[in-house]
Amino acid sequence: MAIPMIELDRVAKHYGDQAAVADVSFDIEKGEFIALMGPSGCGKTTTLRMIAGLDQPTSGEIRLWGRRLNEDAPWERDAPLVWQSYALFPFLSVRKNVEFGLKQRGLPAAERRRKADEWMERLGIAGFAERGVDQLSGGQRQRVALARALALEPEMLLLDEPLSALDPHLRVRMQSELVRLHRELGITFICVTHSHSEAFAMADRVVIMNEGRVQQVGAPRDIYRRAANRFVAEFVGGNNLFAGTASSAGTRLRVDGPFGTALAPRPAEFTFQDGDAVTLVVAADRIELAPAPMGADNEVEGRVVTLDFVGSSVTVFLETAGGAELRIQQSLSQIENTPLSPGQTITARWSQDVGFFLSS
Amino acid sequence: MAALRRILLIAYTALLFAFIFAPIVSTIVFSFNADRFPSLPWGGFSLQWYAAIFNDATIQRGLVNSLIVAGVTCVIATFLGFSAAYIDYRYRFLGKSVYLALAALPPTVPVVILGVALLTFEGRIGLSGTLTGIIVGHVVLSTPFAMALVRMRLADLDPDIERAAWNLGATPWATMFGVIVPFCLPAIFAAIFLTAAVSFDEFMIAWFVSGVNETLPVRVLAMLQGQVSPRINAIGAIVFAVSITLIVFAQVLLGSIAGRAARRKG
Repeated sequence: MAIPMIELDRVAKHYGDQAAVADVSFDIEKGEFIALMGPSGCGKTTTLRMIAGLDQPTSGEIRLWGRRLNEDAPWERDAPLVWQSYALFPFLSVRKNVEFGLKQRGLPAAERRRKADEWMERLGIAGFAERGVDQLSGGQRQRVALARALALEPEMLLLDEPLSALDPHLRVRMQSELVRLHRELGITFICVTHSHSEAFAMADRVVIMNEGRVQQVGAPRDIYRRAANRFVAEFVGGNNLFAGTASSAGTRLRVDGPFGTALAPRPAEFTFQDGDAVTLVVAADRIELAPAPMGADNEVEGRVVTLDFVGSSVTVFLETAGGAELRIQQSLSQIENTPLSPGQTITARWSQDVGFFLSS
Repeated sequence: MAALRRILLIAYTALLFAFIFAPIVSTIVFSFNADRFPSLPWGGFSLQWYAAIFNDATIQRGLVNSLIVAGVTCVIATFLGFSAAYIDYRYRFLGKSVYLALAALPPTVPVVILGVALLTFEGRIGLSGTLTGIIVGHVVLSTPFAMALVRMRLADLDPDIERAAWNLGATPWATMFGVIVPFCLPAIFAAIFLTAAVSFDEFMIAWFVSGVNETLPVRVLAMLQGQVSPRINAIGAIVFAVSITLIVFAQVLLGSIAGRAARRKG
């Protein structure tokens, strides 16, 4: 098997007796768009900074093409970073900012100028070339930060919360622009974000972290459809976690709990005894609504607590007689013919194949 | 009501300035007076006192000494002040608050004590009575001003900037000269002007340490002890012109820093 481009091998970073990163291992292939995602304080930014060499791992090894990278100084690495604060040089013009890295590499002035022009053009900031960076808007600064990093023509680009400081409509535009740049350049992008929508929209693979550890690595779809543990299932959102007691039901497992009763496929990776406490996960968008039960399996009756409209999708919150809460996500058109108002009783149902169990 | 308050405020400010500057203005006015004694009515315009001081070898030597001392002091003090401020910006270490307090201490020590201490110490190491000795004293006194100015500037520098430069391939050395120093340049120039002004005006340390190498303020006092001459007025006018020029330069540079910082925050 070929060597991956970047390997993080049991990397940890301690500040005193605080572990910012406790134990992180994953690989990154050339040309991938990787998103590091997690709640604040999960160690994602520290991990990124260790790849850039701005923080030193306390233990473990970071390798680039199989070569240990730990001791390389940040200025010896080829891993330009787009900072959350942009960190543009305030006393330099846009052009000088973009040329900065090229100048450090000793490129002659004419070539620096040519490359800076090319990247400013590409990112749509050529019109501001001679302006000072404090005369630019947030979106323009972002582009300068990108041009400054990409002008080095690196084999990877690091991005720290690149969209967090932009207003919503700019964010969506920049998001698609990042995806386009990644596709055109073919280099590795490693992007730290706390936003699911950003991570899942842009990345080929997402690394979900919590409390300094990797919780799951996978393609966005896999993470949504098959959370590895309770943290991921809750963090990515849009999931129902049903607590209950397991019992055998042929090829399937039956769960009884406050939410009612449901059947789901037996997990392949682990076994349950009858009577074990289990957690069944059912994605909110895999549940349908019906005015009344039809007498099939996996039907739960509940009272509508509230409705939450976001764009053209609606999340319905139900409460069962047993006190469990269900969330059901539907598009507005799907529920057009179903009368829904708080207090009303309604039936939720889902296929036996869509639920899965958490390992602990 | 608001208009009245405004008028009162302007009048009050004008009076305050008149009070502060009256002695200086009278010094300047009488330095051009043809009469021997500074009294009204004015005896007519004359440059004779200026001519007199430029023909007085001791005053000339005092002026040259003062300029040498101020010129060397401002460079050394600004370099040390910049270094001290950068250490504060860049590093966190045990005893940092003690370090900062000590670095800012010299101007809070009464200058007489500083002067005596320097005399005793420099006497032992053979620096007393030399221009170098005066420079050492003035560097001690003015470095904290330079540090304060540079620190003020560095407080506006995003801590990520330096790391961003490393990240783009700049060594710490290249970062210092390509990022930190250019960013601090207005504060550095302000510090050069301010420390030069502090040194140029300073009397007490120079008086203790100078010996035969008198600076201009020391020479002025020596002259005053002898006789009251209108030449003093002429010297005073020149010293004032030099000092106020240095201070105004420093102030303009600081104003441009503050203005830019305000725009960035605004």
